[in-house]
Amino acid sequence: MSPAHYVFLAVILFVIGAVGVLVRRNAILIFMSVELMLNACNLAFVAFARMHGNLDGQVVAFFVMVVAAAEVVVGLAILMAIYRARRSASVDDASLLKY
Amino acid sequence: MTTIAATGVFRVSWLLLAFPLFGAAVLLIGGRRTDKWGHLLAVLMSLASFVYGMIAFFTLLSQTGAGRSQDLHVYSWIPVDGFQANIGILIDPLSVSFVLLITGVGSLIHIYSVGYMAHDPEKRRFFAYLNLFIAAMLLLVLSDNFLSLYAGWEGVGLASYLLIGFWQFKPTAAVAAKKAFIANRVGDVGLSLAIMLMFAEFGTFNFTGVFDSTKAGGSGVATALGLLLLLAACGKSAQVPLQSWLLDAMEGPTPVSALIHAATMVTAGVYLIVRSNPIFNDAPTAQLAVTVVGAVTLLFGAIIGCAKDDLKKALAGSTMSQIGYMILAAGLGPAGYVFAIAHLLAHGFFKAGLFLGAGSVMHGVDDEVNMRRMGGLRKLLPITFATFGLGYLAIIGIPPFSGFFTKDGIIDAAWSKGGTDGWILAACTIIGAAITAFYMTRVMLMTWYGSKRFEEDGVLGGAGAHPAYTEPHIPHPHESPLTMTVPMILLAIGSVAAGGFLIINERLQNFLQPVIGAPFPDHGIWSWPGIIALVLVVLGVGVAWAMYGRMPVLAVAPRGSVLTRAARADLYGDAFNESVLMRPGQWLTRLSVFFDSRGVDGLVNGLAATIGGTSGRLRKVQNGFVRSYALSMLIGAVLLVAGLLVVRL
Repeated sequence: MSPAHYVFLAVILFVIGAVGVLVRRNAILIFMSVELMLNACNLAFVAFARMHGNLDGQVVAFFVMVVAAAEVVVGLAILMAIYRARRSASVDDASLLKY
Repeated sequence: MTTIAATGVFRVSWLLLAFPLFGAAVLLIGGRRTDKWGHLLAVLMSLASFVYGMIAFFTLLSQTGAGRSQDLHVYSWIPVDGFQANIGILIDPLSVSFVLLITGVGSLIHIYSVGYMAHDPEKRRFFAYLNLFIAAMLLLVLSDNFLSLYAGWEGVGLASYLLIGFWQFKPTAAVAAKKAFIANRVGDVGLSLAIMLMFAEFGTFNFTGVFDSTKAGGSGVATALGLLLLLAACGKSAQVPLQSWLLDAMEGPTPVSALIHAATMVTAGVYLIVRSNPIFNDAPTAQLAVTVVGAVTLLFGAIIGCAKDDLKKALAGSTMSQIGYMILAAGLGPAGYVFAIAHLLAHGFFKAGLFLGAGSVMHGVDDEVNMRRMGGLRKLLPITFATFGLGYLAIIGIPPFSGFFTKDGIIDAAWSKGGTDGWILAACTIIGAAITAFYMTRVMLMTWYGSKRFEEDGVLGGAGAHPAYTEPHIPHPHESPLTMTVPMILLAIGSVAAGGFLIINERLQNFLQPVIGAPFPDHGIWSWPGIIALVLVVLGVGVAWAMYGRMPVLAVAPRGSVLTRAARADLYGDAFNESVLMRPGQWLTRLSVFFDSRGVDGLVNGLAATIGGTSGRLRKVQNGFVRSYALSMLIGAVLLVAGLLVVRL
């Protein structure tokens, strides 16, 4: 299997994730889709690292994982706060911050 | 002329200013506490200045040569390197002549006012302003430089404003005060520009510095300075084209009309021109302009005086006319200066006397000023009649009264100028003398002779009318108290004697010679132009008698000829100002407002509205839905990547 296949897989995963973010209303599912997109990127990084024969992509993948973990902590905390306040996890309900 | 530092009694010449200034300060700051004795203090301060003025005068007479011009440095106002503004007092024959006129006539009018204003609740304020005026006028004539002269010049303008509007509860008086103030400002611009020009050209505004540099400065600068000073003189002395304020200024109390608007302040323009004689001697064009202004005004004022039924306004027209004579004489150069000053001093006596007489008449007939409602007063107010009559003889120039000598001198000087302009000027002065005789005789006949019209129709009251007198009623004319008649008698003596005293033996000429230059060759008392003028004066008296003495005076003014109606409307001076200056000014204002609100504001407001509207629409994009934000981010990212790809490939 050539590394190019991993890139194609990463693209497919990324698109699934992006569509999930756009069409889903539940914040938890949007979160999961975001994670999918991040991991698609990680996959692409690692694949490119393999293709170019250096470690840069692998290093970045580790960074992404760390940042994603931190993001999840903050994101879930916000989600909890919103759910407590509005009794709903739908992102369309939380649309007060607008014009 | 050389000037030396002040010696002897002149070392305290600042006292002249200090006395009236102190009086004004005490009365204005002291407030109601000084009501009981304030007017007496004011009279005392004015008299103190007069006494010091007399001492200064006689000390000056005992001096010779340079001792006749003594300069006292009083105060360094703005001592900056290269800009030395000082307040200095210059005592010389010219300034002392004015000091005696101002403090002498001023004191008499102070005393007169004690009687005239006895029942006015605001008497204290009146006397405070009078003292303020005396101080400012003395600063004007005593300054040794143009800058402090300007301070005095503005000071008398302020005092004039305050006193014209003294009865400010009357709208006419308040408006007249504003009008006088604004018309004066126009002239003051001329003076301030002249001072700036002096400083720019000569680096100084001391009289000695400026006059020494004038000769070196070239005739262009001298002409510009002369014309600017003439503009200043026109404003202060009510000369055409800035004449319109003087007639309205009669809204002020009568002593004010006598002191400020007849005897002293309005002659400041003549003083300015005579004081600046080295400038004018180097500027024939400016001199010509001065004579033209004088000639036009002397006829202008005289014609107005012929048609006015208001006693004070007839006299105000006469004042304009007489100052026109002085300005004309001052424009004739060294030949005329002495006669300008002589006529000024004599006029100070007889016109102040006439105005005080008018005040006494108004006192008698319950503040009525319309001469058509007077008549036959000579037996009821004998002292006033006698003093008024002597003033009348003096102003029309019957020998041997004052006006004969001084006016004759002016006519003669104009005649001696030679050439076409000399002819025209002499003709103007002679015709003016005839018209003067006509309108003054008219005033005499309407006021003192004929039937007692106030008994038939009653009077209404005019300037300063007591609220109780607004209904027609029959007054009971009576002679005024001693405080009023004594000043009138003293002024009448001056009216009789001053002219002859000053002119015969060339007393004034010899006295003023160091200031005004080379003496003028003597023509004797009698000259052909003077005799022609005298014949025309008699003719004028005759015409006036035929119109107002022989025939009864109508209680209501007839419609009159075109000229009469024009003269009643001040020869359309106000209409001219209104249509030529005021209306175009208003249009300009409206145009500016329109341009500002539609043009400038429209541009700025339109821009703001466009931006506001656009952002109003743009902000709808911020709809609060996280998913739509995510979509736009995605689209953006895709576009970026696509763009990068396009550029790369």
